[in-house]
Amino acid sequence: MKNLNTTAINTWCPGCGNFAILNAMKTVLSSLSDEGLPLENVVIVSGIGCHAKIVDYINVNSFYSLHGRVFPPATGIKIAKPQMKVIGHAGDGDAYGEGLEHLIFAAKRNVNMTAIIHNNRVYGLTTGQYTPTSPLGFKGRSTPSGTKEMPINPLELMLASGATFLARGTSHGLELLKKIFREAILHKGFSLVDVLQVCVTYYNMYEYYDKRVYELKDHNPADRDQAERKIREWDYNKDAPIALGVFYKKDAPTFEENFSGAGLSEAERQRKIEKIMEEAV
Amino acid sequence: MPGDGDNHNKMKDLSILIGGKAGFGIDRASLIIANILNQLGYRLYVYRDYPSLIRGGHTFSIIRASDRKIASHKNKADILLALNQDTFNLHKDKLTPDAIVIYDPDSAKIYDLSASVRLIAIPISKILKENNAPEIMSNSCITGAFCKAAGISWEILDKEFREDFSKETDLNLKIARHGYDGATEIYKITPLDQPKLPLLNGNEAVGLGLIKGGLKTYLAYPMTPTSPILHYLAKLAADFSLKVIHPESEISVILMALGAAYCGERVAVGTSGGGFCLMTEGLSFSAMAELPVVIILGQRPGPSTGLPTYSSQTELHFALNASQGEFPRLIVAPGDPEEAYYLSQVALNIAWKYQVPSIILTDKNLGEETYSFDVKAVPDVREEGPALWDRKSPYKRYLYTKNGVSPLAFVPEKDNVIKINSYEHDETGLTTEDPGETNKMQEKRLRKEKYIAEELKRYETVKIYGNKNSDTAIICWGSNKGVCVEAAEKLNLKVIQPLFLSPFPTLQLKNAMKGIKKLIAVESNATAQLVKLMNLYGLGADKTILKYNGRPFSVDELEARLREALK
Repeated sequence: MKNLNTTAINTWCPGCGNFAILNAMKTVLSSLSDEGLPLENVVIVSGIGCHAKIVDYINVNSFYSLHGRVFPPATGIKIAKPQMKVIGHAGDGDAYGEGLEHLIFAAKRNVNMTAIIHNNRVYGLTTGQYTPTSPLGFKGRSTPSGTKEMPINPLELMLASGATFLARGTSHGLELLKKIFREAILHKGFSLVDVLQVCVTYYNMYEYYDKRVYELKDHNPADRDQAERKIREWDYNKDAPIALGVFYKKDAPTFEENFSGAGLSEAERQRKIEKIMEEAV
Repeated sequence: MPGDGDNHNKMKDLSILIGGKAGFGIDRASLIIANILNQLGYRLYVYRDYPSLIRGGHTFSIIRASDRKIASHKNKADILLALNQDTFNLHKDKLTPDAIVIYDPDSAKIYDLSASVRLIAIPISKILKENNAPEIMSNSCITGAFCKAAGISWEILDKEFREDFSKETDLNLKIARHGYDGATEIYKITPLDQPKLPLLNGNEAVGLGLIKGGLKTYLAYPMTPTSPILHYLAKLAADFSLKVIHPESEISVILMALGAAYCGERVAVGTSGGGFCLMTEGLSFSAMAELPVVIILGQRPGPSTGLPTYSSQTELHFALNASQGEFPRLIVAPGDPEEAYYLSQVALNIAWKYQVPSIILTDKNLGEETYSFDVKAVPDVREEGPALWDRKSPYKRYLYTKNGVSPLAFVPEKDNVIKINSYEHDETGLTTEDPGETNKMQEKRLRKEKYIAEELKRYETVKIYGNKNSDTAIICWGSNKGVCVEAAEKLNLKVIQPLFLSPFPTLQLKNAMKGIKKLIAVESNATAQLVKLMNLYGLGADKTILKYNGRPFSVDELEARLREALK
């Protein structure tokens, strides 16, 4: 395994679910590199929140963006350099909340990138408020008497938006997480992995998830109806079995294929501008 | 015409006002008329006044033709082309004593005119009906009548129509011919013997300047008055091998731009005040991450949605102060398409050499008005690239250097990582909260301003026009340049126009103001924003002439207000 460590000191809480995501990502990148993926072609993009510190902890190219703004720079990078392998890490606050429009458009455009959502269903870095995926009645510091709104089911939303790869993992299932990350990164198109990543400090759901999760078996991810049924099985609110694995997978043209322009030389530009000016006389 | 002194002067400076409902093709007709007069060797300026709607309302254009370069309109009409009653009602007071009025008697009633005004009635709606032509072709009919009245040969009109219309050319020509034959020749516009110039608007000049400066990617969310840059560059994209993208919001626009800049693409974005509000988090990010980006900020009256299709100069302090944190930025304010073409190239160069955001302040008037464009008046600018990593030691994206500029490298770079960070960071781009490191990195970023200011000494940051020896001067910025220069020439005044507003060219401005006893600031805002900026540098103006109803100053109006201010 390659050494992908940096000199940054890890400041996540002991037991944080982000460690599993970090380990899985480093392992997958290392093995992909062994198989021939040049690591310099990898860029990880993050939002702002506990999840985002991951860019400081992996020694590859990175773009530490703003809260909610993972997908626009990731799209900009793909358009400018389609050969780059772009992996966006986002929290549930920034992907499903403040930056929701960007997530929908990245899926709609089928930008060839991977989104890893560190979905702990609570704001960690701002010390414990509800998020778009917190269950109804969640008591956070901004909602002491409980939220009055239903959570969204992000996978259902992504399916409707046109994402071409949808999966779910947990921070308590490292081997499955590695398998899913690998498959998501190798997918051509917009892939999203919703990781039920546990925040031990503000919303410790380890026991809750451990009792309910199961791995998808005999599931055909090419069947959209089947994918939709499995995605709807658990609505992020009421008790239900929670499926893990790849729900949906589809081949489709990607956004960046439409932009091939590499610019012209200074002399060529000059010549063409002169022609335009002549025509404007 | 020959021998007629008054007409002779009119020939050298002619204003044609054409008006009708939006959707009547007023804009198109005004450009065709401008092109026809361009063929006769005239210099043009076309002012467009239109409401924020798609059909209906009242739209008009003033086409001003002169024997010398102009960049402003006059509040008068030598020829009025009235396609509806509103055009006549709203503009009849602008008619010169011997003006020509061309109208359709079925859609406009003429009243209260002096006997010296010449009337040409063309039954436009009847002609259209008889020829089964759509309503929009009224503009072709009235253009035909105009050409006959002004003594312009049918051949010139025919040639222009064939170049301008890609479909329905024959029907448009047929309708125009009815208008031509139905009118009488009042005088003959004298062709001028001077080289013809291209007609461009400020938005096109910005687009071409960016391309010349090495633009690879342009992103924008549609917003008046800069959407035409998006449309223009989208149209040119294939030919110039550009990437032109319309993302989901202005937030996405600037963040996508930063992703592209990270990969080394020279990138620009365009918007107006409301969109710039959304871009401010990205602007601050570009400063922290030191990712170069050029922002075109086309001003229009606010607050809020304001008057979307009109003009203002209200975002100077917004551009200067937008975003959290303290960081250097370049701000330029072109006054005409030549300066827009020039400064768009400079803005790209400075952004990339110093890894700072560059803001080009335009407005609706500069962006959407049509001007005769003289490329010979534009200083030559070559594309200047960024300082690049020398590959001698492992790459550090935010390496400390004397001038604060860290050499750039772009992904992918084997065995090196390129880390961008919106948090405060160390030289390698890793997050830090260390107090010493924070000081050093903040000082590194701010240090760049001094070096930009030093480089700007090579540029003409403040321009001077008019009577350079006058002790009375006008100070103006942006699109008021044209009207100020023309009014100043009449009153024998000096004009001072700062082209660069950040870093502020204090020394050059002080030099320009030497010996000035009375300085009058002319601005299209209510609070004299340039004067306020000057105040920060110990400078000021004696009087202000402000206008903030969205409409540009006309030459005669500004002249009158200057006379008042000079009393």
